Amino acid sequence: MATFYDRIAENRRNSILLALVVVGLLGMLGLFIGWAVAGDPAAAIPSMVLAVVVGTIASLVSYYAGSSLVLRVSGAREVDEQSAPQLMNVVREMTIAANVPMPKVYLIDDTAPNAFATGRDPKHASLAITTGLLQKLDREELQGVMAHELSHVRNFDIRFSVMVGVLVGSIAMLADFFLRFTFWGGGGGSRNRDRGGGGGLQVIVLIVAILLAILAPIVARLVQMAVSREREYLADAAGVELTRNPYGLQRALAKIALDPEPLEVANRATQHLYFENPMKKLGGTSALFSTHPPTLERINRLRALGGQSPLTDIAQALRS
Amino acid sequence: MELIVILVIIAVVVGGLVLLYNGLVTKRNRVDEAWAQIEVQLKRRHDLIPNLVQAVKGYMGFEQDVLTRVTEARANAVSAGAQGPQQQAQAENMLTGALRSLFAVVENYPELKANQNVLQLQEELTTTENQISFSRQHYNATVNDYNTSIQTVPSVFIAGPFGFTRREFFDAPPEAEAVPSVDLSLG
Repeated sequence: MATFYDRIAENRRNSILLALVVVGLLGMLGLFIGWAVAGDPAAAIPSMVLAVVVGTIASLVSYYAGSSLVLRVSGAREVDEQSAPQLMNVVREMTIAANVPMPKVYLIDDTAPNAFATGRDPKHASLAITTGLLQKLDREELQGVMAHELSHVRNFDIRFSVMVGVLVGSIAMLADFFLRFTFWGGGGGSRNRDRGGGGGLQVIVLIVAILLAILAPIVARLVQMAVSREREYLADAAGVELTRNPYGLQRALAKIALDPEPLEVANRATQHLYFENPMKKLGGTSALFSTHPPTLERINRLRALGGQSPLTDIAQALRS
Repeated sequence: MELIVILVIIAVVVGGLVLLYNGLVTKRNRVDEAWAQIEVQLKRRHDLIPNLVQAVKGYMGFEQDVLTRVTEARANAVSAGAQGPQQQAQAENMLTGALRSLFAVVENYPELKANQNVLQLQEELTTTENQISFSRQHYNATVNDYNTSIQTVPSVFIAGPFGFTRREFFDAPPEAEAVPSVDLSLG
């Protein structure tokens, strides 16, 4: 049986692997575009390096600005010990268990129960929860959710997801730029063919570059969503490791999944941040493009960690 | 030439000893820091309990023995503070048990369950107890790390001469004692 620590280590490895795939894609796209434009692989190396460096720098810069913007977009207001004593107490308990500094805590006026964490590292972390969550969950369940969110903070998930997001964005931009340039810009490729050079090989390279430019953004998006789902499993496992009580989190997951109200302040840009997918009522997202794993699967993975048999229906978790 | 070799060897040995010593001091400070954190919370709990007893006294004419047990357990816990983590942990576990009985009895009094003051005290005591148990995990981990260091090579050679001694764990209550045993067959 896999222990918490095994599961956490495994998830972390997977996430790093997936991030490397995204960086690799960016580099490959840069290489082939450079090759197709300049006409020889050696000349394409700078363009590959440029693509990776620019993408990485852009993602590094972005996490400094992100969190306050997200909180403002979501209409969150900061609370303290006086205005939300139990919430602050529960968060403080979890910071002691996780050995992280006390984050800022925000409330969002929305009856749909949900929560998210943001901030680039544990010292600059903020937790935001909806008023619906506070009303609908009991203390144990609230503790489970806060442990999940603080695990995101402790694992540097927020920084990670912002950076992967920007890398994916860079891929899309580079691919888009190249495709426009090739079809409407009157391309470097033909100019190079006139000079002699590779001939047949050059055509193949151009085709590979075009194919990559079309496929890379899609693959990158799939990888990003897979990273996001892996991180949710990791935060669930780490959260239970903090509370030492798997039932609170399981019940919270079930309660939120079964709650009929969609979260009004969430949108496609902020959905990956939340405790559970807030977009459930908007429909249309398949499993591959979903930012969150299915709730039943999350519950059953938690049950597997505690050596319990899987459930077939989310509602069963409410009785545990 | 030989002199230089000898000097280098001496420098390496002394440098190594300094690093080991500093490492042990760091670990011991972590233990002290973790213990200080627990003490703050224990003190908070001891301070909250008289308020709670005061708040429920009027309603609880029939369960004087429950209140007495809580008060006595608190007094024991306060005086156990000077006797080290092991004794303190035992006294605190008794107190936790007594408090659980008290809250179980509170369940039988609808007015008490609706009393804002009692609810607030109950929340404060719950969070303090949780904080103690999470701090205890952290404290025991630092003690384990420190104790292992002073017993293993190479630190063991300097632990004795420089007075690094073993620290006690702050023990969790055994499962059997953690379950409140309260007679709920009250009218």
